Amino acid sequence: MLIALLADVHGNREALTACLADAERAGADRYVFLGDLVGYGADPAWVIDLAAEMVAAGAVAVLGNHDAAVLNPSETMNAVASAVIAWTRTRLNEAQRSFLARLPLTVEEGARLFVHASASAPDTWIYVMSSREAFQSFRATHHRLTFCGHTHFPALFNESPRTLPQHHVPADGRPIPLLGQRRWLAVLGAVGQPRDKNPAACYGLFDDVDNRLTYVRVPYDVELAARKIRKAGLPEFLATRLTMGI
Amino acid sequence: MAKAQLTAGMTIDGFRLDERLHRGGMADIWRASRNDIDFPIVLKVPLLDFEGDISLIVGFEVEQMIMAELKGPHVPRWVANGDFAVQPYIVMEQIAGPTLAKSLGRTWPLDEIVETGAQVAAALSDLHQQDVLHLDLKPGNILFRLSGAAVLIDFGLSRHRHLPDLLDEQFHRPMGTTEYMAPEQLLRVRSDQRSDIYALGAILYQLATGRLPFGIPARMRQVRRRVWRDPVPPRALRPEIPAALQEIILRCLEPMPAARYAGAGDLMFDLRHQDLVVLTERAERMQQSDFRTVFARRLRAGKIMRQIHASATKPPPRAPIILVAVSLRPEIEEVRQALLEAAASVLANMPGARLACINVMPASLIAIDENIDAAGDNVHVQRLVELRNWAAPLELPKGKITYHLLESRNIAAAVVNFARSNKVDHLIIGAPTSTGSFAGKVRGKVSAQITAEAPCTVTVVRAAGESNRLREVEPAA
Repeated sequence: MLIALLADVHGNREALTACLADAERAGADRYVFLGDLVGYGADPAWVIDLAAEMVAAGAVAVLGNHDAAVLNPSETMNAVASAVIAWTRTRLNEAQRSFLARLPLTVEEGARLFVHASASAPDTWIYVMSSREAFQSFRATHHRLTFCGHTHFPALFNESPRTLPQHHVPADGRPIPLLGQRRWLAVLGAVGQPRDKNPAACYGLFDDVDNRLTYVRVPYDVELAARKIRKAGLPEFLATRLTMGI
Repeated sequence: MAKAQLTAGMTIDGFRLDERLHRGGMADIWRASRNDIDFPIVLKVPLLDFEGDISLIVGFEVEQMIMAELKGPHVPRWVANGDFAVQPYIVMEQIAGPTLAKSLGRTWPLDEIVETGAQVAAALSDLHQQDVLHLDLKPGNILFRLSGAAVLIDFGLSRHRHLPDLLDEQFHRPMGTTEYMAPEQLLRVRSDQRSDIYALGAILYQLATGRLPFGIPARMRQVRRRVWRDPVPPRALRPEIPAALQEIILRCLEPMPAARYAGAGDLMFDLRHQDLVVLTERAERMQQSDFRTVFARRLRAGKIMRQIHASATKPPPRAPIILVAVSLRPEIEEVRQALLEAAASVLANMPGARLACINVMPASLIAIDENIDAAGDNVHVQRLVELRNWAAPLELPKGKITYHLLESRNIAAAVVNFARSNKVDHLIIGAPTSTGSFAGKVRGKVSAQITAEAPCTVTVVRAAGESNRLREVEPAA
């Protein structure tokens, strides 16, 4: 089975469309949304509708902090993010809100755990940026493979018997064997708002037969996504950062 | 973790254990078989003593991970990995031994040393191109196919540039085989391909002189000594060693990575074309550095180690080889001029590149004269002079340009073979401007065949035609 892992779409229709087309070409037969369907981007309703349709057809989706913030105004966020959340709320209908409300924090599937942020406390949205957070996440779960997002920086950690987990920055498009005797924590980059200085959308392809994970970069129409953000009257910075990948 | 004794006749995941071939300190090697596999295979099982060294376990994980990624004639073909939870193993193609370590006990003829070194360099170059550094190259890890191609084994300390380095953060001590280890490995640098060049230099030294360049350090700390103590020059031990071969060996063994060959391809090129090696003081050295020099170096050892670290963590400049095939037939002066311009522009885009100019002479040209030797020689000299003359406007320094004459009836095959056996990066050839003439068509076929079969990028250059003065350049992958 080839699983497409899509984290942090953030209402970016162009990026999601490009990633899904790429995954389909690669032969993906299962789709997992790792949280944050909305926030920042100009097409939250369209993205939710597509995700809902795919979930109805068997895809998996977990809740992200931006999704939760749409439902619950008490979620803490920075000023720009909460401005966009307030705007997003006005764009969603009841069905779309209720789809978000039904999303679970985690989904377990055999050896795999899908979660938006650290597995150590999924509802407190801890960023897994370094070995220390990865260590806490490993400690909180018995799953061999944890797939998460939230940081917008692609990273891969493996558990080590003696030291803190090892931090590896994956190369684009190179399959990495997730050796069976180790536990792995994969932080997928962001589909809809990459921040690692590469504006191309990032998603993951995991082959559960030969146990390989590939971080895929997909160029998409960034300019169009940025124009839509400006047209919607959202903060200019959100448009600029998309084009720069920061 | 299974601790069951493995015995002949047992079956693991469909692989039948036929016979134990080797019992090593770290792993057993079994000859194995499975019905659907039609080449000889071995099954390597680690001897994992869990009270013991954890690096053995991680090393085996590394080998499983890296072997599954490797392809080509210079590594055993990988078949399967066994899960640690049940029974860890690696199944791979069996390469008939013995290893190079078994043939160290004799005096090697010089041409055999050079050929063996070139084969190992070719294997290293292939490995490096697959983004893998061996980092434990030694005679015991080198085998040969019947074709002569070297096969590298034992990737337990290796590093794949694009995969997590499981060995890097776990262990805070250097790993490797002290006799062949580069000084930067003492500093735990695991990212420099020139560490493998150093090891190959130590192997070449051993083949040439019958002894190790730095003896057998009993402890890792003693490896440091090679930073200030240079080896006895090979020619002092065996006078018939040519200056060029000593130059090559000692260049590999330079403590500073930047002073060694940048890539295994360059090393192979020099081994195969020793007449073109630029000789330095290293070639003439007949004794080790004197006491004062060594003592001064020793006092500065800390600083030198820091410089080595800095050099090893800076990627080597790429030194690509550009091959230009020059036809010397007088009537195509315009093509030659176009070739010259194309070579200049490719060189301008590849700083550090080396230009190899070749001319293929039909074997028949020499056979015309009864007195093959004398006549052949004359033709050679004449052609070499013409080649140099052609390249003169490029004003390349010695060492950045080389000249080669090939003799063959099949021009295209000769060019392609040269490109392949010298790991050429970019090939530039001329082709006739299409005029519809018979001769033009024949020569066009040569460039078409080269373009189709070359192992690298090819630029085909044509002289501007009468009606169209634009130069046509068609790159091909």
